[in-house]
Amino acid sequence: MRGLKVFLNGLLKENPSLVLLLGMCPTLAVTTGVSNAIGMGLSATAVLICSNFVISLLRKFIPSKIRIAGYIVIIASFVTVVQMFLQAYVPSLYDSLGLFIPLIVVNCIILGRAEAFASKNNIFLSALDGLGMGLGFTLSLTLIATIREILGNGTWLGISLFGEGFQPASIMILAPGAFLTLGCILAVINLISAKRNGGNKNA
Amino acid sequence: MLKELLIISLSAILIENFVLVKFLGICPFLGVSKKVNTAMGMGFAVIFVMACASALTWLVQQYILVPFNIEYLQTIAFILVIAVLVQFVEMFLQKNIPVLYKSLGIYLPLITTNCAVLGVAILNITKFSAVSGSFIKSLVYGTMAGVGFTLAIVLFAGVRERLESSDIPKFLKGMPITLIAASLLSIAFMGFSGLKF
Repeated sequence: MRGLKVFLNGLLKENPSLVLLLGMCPTLAVTTGVSNAIGMGLSATAVLICSNFVISLLRKFIPSKIRIAGYIVIIASFVTVVQMFLQAYVPSLYDSLGLFIPLIVVNCIILGRAEAFASKNNIFLSALDGLGMGLGFTLSLTLIATIREILGNGTWLGISLFGEGFQPASIMILAPGAFLTLGCILAVINLISAKRNGGNKNA
Repeated sequence: MLKELLIISLSAILIENFVLVKFLGICPFLGVSKKVNTAMGMGFAVIFVMACASALTWLVQQYILVPFNIEYLQTIAFILVIAVLVQFVEMFLQKNIPVLYKSLGIYLPLITTNCAVLGVAILNITKFSAVSGSFIKSLVYGTMAGVGFTLAIVLFAGVRERLESSDIPKFLKGMPITLIAASLLSIAFMGFSGLKF
């Protein structure tokens, strides 16, 4: 029961990129297409599960003074593994994500979960937290990428949706579109949560 | 050579601005841009660390990773170099230039997880490792990328200071309007992509 709660926490209530606003760089940079977003999300998820697992395993042995440096080394090792894996098996994704694969190391979500969750909880819960947070991250990246790819390119996962007549607004897949899309999504979330809170007060 | 360096500087500051075009260092860009003064402090700390990190990571790549054939350890080596560098800079400033330490102090630890620093270190290697004079070019590119970061964050802090006092619909308050303002600033910087040499 506790496990399910931990898992759902990352997926919805504390969604890393839409609620906690962590890991903004990949959220904005790789969401030009749905396939990139899913690739980045799953890579980060893999790193997050592994690093949470190992850090939770070692939480009683890492001295608290140098724990951040220790976490960074553990995370960087897993990022290197993922990087080599992608380069070997999915070279097209490796090329299109480019610089942002090694930059998973400095993604605040991963270090944040290591510090806030994995260093205090057991192995099972930590891995589950990594899975929930990672999937939450993937889901929100996919949402942003869906909006940007449909409006900016007229496609979803590379499949053309509207045919010849559609004039794509290419600004949406350029840099300004990323900020604009995320701003609008956050505004909608604000609107929904304000309504909910208002409803609770009335009741 | 001088002309080349000038082109590298201009493209790092304006055309390929790290924050608004390349999406590196978004976290401090959104987090520390509420006031112009603090944005300025963060900006100068980033310029300083990025210049040092560019030089150091170039040396690590050329004299440790390449000779021993362990380029695949790049990510781990660079992040460790940056973390240690930030720590040293902090201790050095605290002891020798306490005035600067007091003004930059709180921002320095945050820089370790600023992806612009690791980003510039890796970009330097992919961009310049095969051309002549790569050390100078990396150093200039790193420094100027920091200047570009500072320019963007200071401009944006000016915009946000004004947003504070304006009348905004309730659901847009806070992050949403900030991101939409960043989007407009980013459109402005797209204009620079017309600069071609």
